[in-house]
Amino acid sequence: MNLTLRIWRQRTPEAPGAMTTYEVTGISEDMSFLEMLDHLNEELILSGDEPVAFDHDCREGICGACGMVINGRAHGPERTTTCQLHMRHFRDGDTIDVEPWRAAAFPVVKDLVVDRSAFDRVIGSGGYVSVPTGSAPEAHATPVPKAVADLAFEHAECIGCGACVAACPNGSAMLFTSAKVVHLNVLPQGAPERGSRVLDMVAAMDDEGFGGCTNTGECATACPKGIPLQSIAHMNREYLRAVVKGGRGR
Amino acid sequence: MSPFAPYSHYTVGAPLTDTAAPGGPVAGRWDRRRFEAKLVNPANRRKHTVIVVGTGLAGGAAGATLAEQGYRVVQFCYQDSPRRAHSIAAQGGINAAKNYRNDGDSVHRLFYDTVKGGDFRARESNVHRLAQISVEIIDQCVAQGVPFAREYGGLLDTRSFGGVQVSRTFYARGQTGQQLLLGAYQALSRQIDAGGVEMHARTEMLDLIVVDGRARGIVARDLITGRIETHLADAVVLASGGYGNVFHLSTNAKNSNATAVWRAHRRGAHFANPCFTQIHPTCIPRSGDHQSKLTLMSESLRNDGRIWVPKAAGDTRPPAAIPEDERDYYLERAYPSFGNLVPRDIASRAAKNVCDEGRGVGPGGQGVYLDFADAIARMGRAAVEAKYGNLFEMYERITAENPYEVPMRIYPAIHYTMGGLWVDYDLQTTVPGLFAIGEANFSDHGANRLGASALMQGLADGYFVLPSTINDYLARHPHAQVPHDHPAVAEAAGEAADRLRRLLEAGGDRTPESFHRELGELLWDECGMSRTESGLRKALERIPELREEFWRRIRVPGTGEELNQQLEKANRIVDYLELAELMCLDALHRTESCGGHFREESRTADGEAARKDEEFAYVAAWEFTGPGNAPVLHKEDLRFEYVHPTQRSYA
Repeated sequence: MNLTLRIWRQRTPEAPGAMTTYEVTGISEDMSFLEMLDHLNEELILSGDEPVAFDHDCREGICGACGMVINGRAHGPERTTTCQLHMRHFRDGDTIDVEPWRAAAFPVVKDLVVDRSAFDRVIGSGGYVSVPTGSAPEAHATPVPKAVADLAFEHAECIGCGACVAACPNGSAMLFTSAKVVHLNVLPQGAPERGSRVLDMVAAMDDEGFGGCTNTGECATACPKGIPLQSIAHMNREYLRAVVKGGRGR
Repeated sequence: MSPFAPYSHYTVGAPLTDTAAPGGPVAGRWDRRRFEAKLVNPANRRKHTVIVVGTGLAGGAAGATLAEQGYRVVQFCYQDSPRRAHSIAAQGGINAAKNYRNDGDSVHRLFYDTVKGGDFRARESNVHRLAQISVEIIDQCVAQGVPFAREYGGLLDTRSFGGVQVSRTFYARGQTGQQLLLGAYQALSRQIDAGGVEMHARTEMLDLIVVDGRARGIVARDLITGRIETHLADAVVLASGGYGNVFHLSTNAKNSNATAVWRAHRRGAHFANPCFTQIHPTCIPRSGDHQSKLTLMSESLRNDGRIWVPKAAGDTRPPAAIPEDERDYYLERAYPSFGNLVPRDIASRAAKNVCDEGRGVGPGGQGVYLDFADAIARMGRAAVEAKYGNLFEMYERITAENPYEVPMRIYPAIHYTMGGLWVDYDLQTTVPGLFAIGEANFSDHGANRLGASALMQGLADGYFVLPSTINDYLARHPHAQVPHDHPAVAEAAGEAADRLRRLLEAGGDRTPESFHRELGELLWDECGMSRTESGLRKALERIPELREEFWRRIRVPGTGEELNQQLEKANRIVDYLELAELMCLDALHRTESCGGHFREESRTADGEAARKDEEFAYVAAWEFTGPGNAPVLHKEDLRFEYVHPTQRSYA
């Protein structure tokens, strides 16, 4: 198939960016969206043009590196990561808009590449269990009910791609943060730091410039891993509980 | 060494011995080593800086643990976040000799299975230690909040994996690697936040700095600004993963690369068993020339799926139109007792053979059917869906075919590399102060890795082994500053900068991708699933030509002072073009078949792989002598005191 691509090109974080139009031909419907961009880049290199920069790595939908706004939707029309989106979901002759994640806390680095290091700092503020190597008790010392383990797993599936932030009109990171808070707070292993974790992570999230949550639900709709919207309510309860108990962050 | 000696005319140097390994009964060696290793006083640890390259299971675990102990850690990853290292993509599980099932498992049995599974090309001391540590790993990960699968009673669930007879594989749905990696990443993040780890994301190691014979730092490029920086330390740990991407198409992440290990090799670290590469039988076949990587599906599919191809070559009818008596269930036919569950290497080769006969299915004839029709008839669709639903969904997403109705198509793909930098029992390479952990080293899997053992080894090395053994090195080498203007530092940084400049200035007419693809196809054909003397010699002739053509015709757009993904790629291919040559030479010299290395000339009467223990029960550690120059082979003899070599048989 033949397509018209309108891609955001921006040379540096400071430089102004613009949508630039490219025509691509001979696209197979079995290509992934990133393979289609590979194809474009090969042509750009040979024609003496600059290839389009984009983040990607595992191309299996698990590393969370890739992500672009395709026709106004984070990761495009299917509920999956950009690397797992295939060209069969488009039609010959389509015009496709491709933009980077748009959020105050994710500054553009170049073209479709953004800086998501704010996520790492949110995790570093409390998204862990303090258990230095070697200090762990025997694994079966604390049984965990299956339902609790499954709930933790459901939230632990987050891949940190940032689609939730990109999809949110406020650029909020509530879904990302709540996924980690719920994963660790429901487990007995995470209980000792339950209060400080949620207080510290929410404070770090606010410091990074993410917006507030107004319950639009766009985040959970865009999430390729299906982190549920209730996760945010769950985190709010954890937050309230910590405050009521007079908890303080570190 | 004459610069005119052909590459294949290698010489044999002094034998290599693992002087760090203690003697005595195998079960007591690790305790003995830990006791005899010198310790660094806790108050002195912050004076020592350790560089860790990579943030996967091994690197993430090591960085966090070293910082917890009080060392100053400076860590690097090329990804934008340490959470994205490719360990994240591991699906199946992690082995541990917990014996929670009371099914006869033990440390000794895991040790035995791993030595045997590695086709008797791994060290007993290392493998025993791995089995011992396996139980501590599970404790550590559970305490971190890793949500392993559990039973209704709240205890951990396990499953049987990779053809072993005990149930010792712990798992978190099909995302065990992700969950274990996030555990390590969170521990690392805690140390980054506490100031114990200075993290450099989007920064790629380009070279190793060796001062007075010891590893003292690295040259790295900030991938955003393009700045080339030197970082100095008291020791350097490489946790940069395997080199499977030399094949271009593999299940590795697109940016996984061999530059760190290969540059270390060029600086004096011997490279061991580079021809030991693992092919995974159940990957989704390529759909065309645009294919950029291959996706693996858990081999648990072989428990219920039946593998077949048409009996007649060139039969292009749709699978449903091929009657039962015109199908060849070739694994069930050739291996009646194991059937579709034969080990990875055997299943892979058999698929290649039927495709070579012209009986392959799908585009290009590079695929075989994995059919669930019988399983659906026997168990019902709901049961199949409960067991394999996520895999079927993934398959359908990629191929647009519904595997409940049409048989899946699968084909083998490069998946893991057992070879890597040679290390002693302390995980130290032949360059003092340079350590290699996880897939980057060669140590524990011999010629073939068992399923669910990669995660075990990465975490064993990172959480437990390296943090114990590196103490000994640091205690014996009190901190001495290397000045930033030391000639060795400037030289390494200058060489790295020169190489990038040459790439940018070449101004040719071929893209980096085109060279990578060409090299990968050559290696896949001649140094892939089965290897022959003539094929390997052909590859050894072709690789230097390709290298020459690369420098003549490469085109890298843009500049070095910005984010330039094509420059990163081209620079990695430079190293692949040398590593590929060593892989072929290693494969050529090892005229036996063992594990993932199958030489067509070395077969039993019934056509199976024939090991030659009298000649080849050694680790082949290669010493670099110059690009394109014949390397020197150092042999480390392997002795088996506890697990006696036997020929594998699956007939």
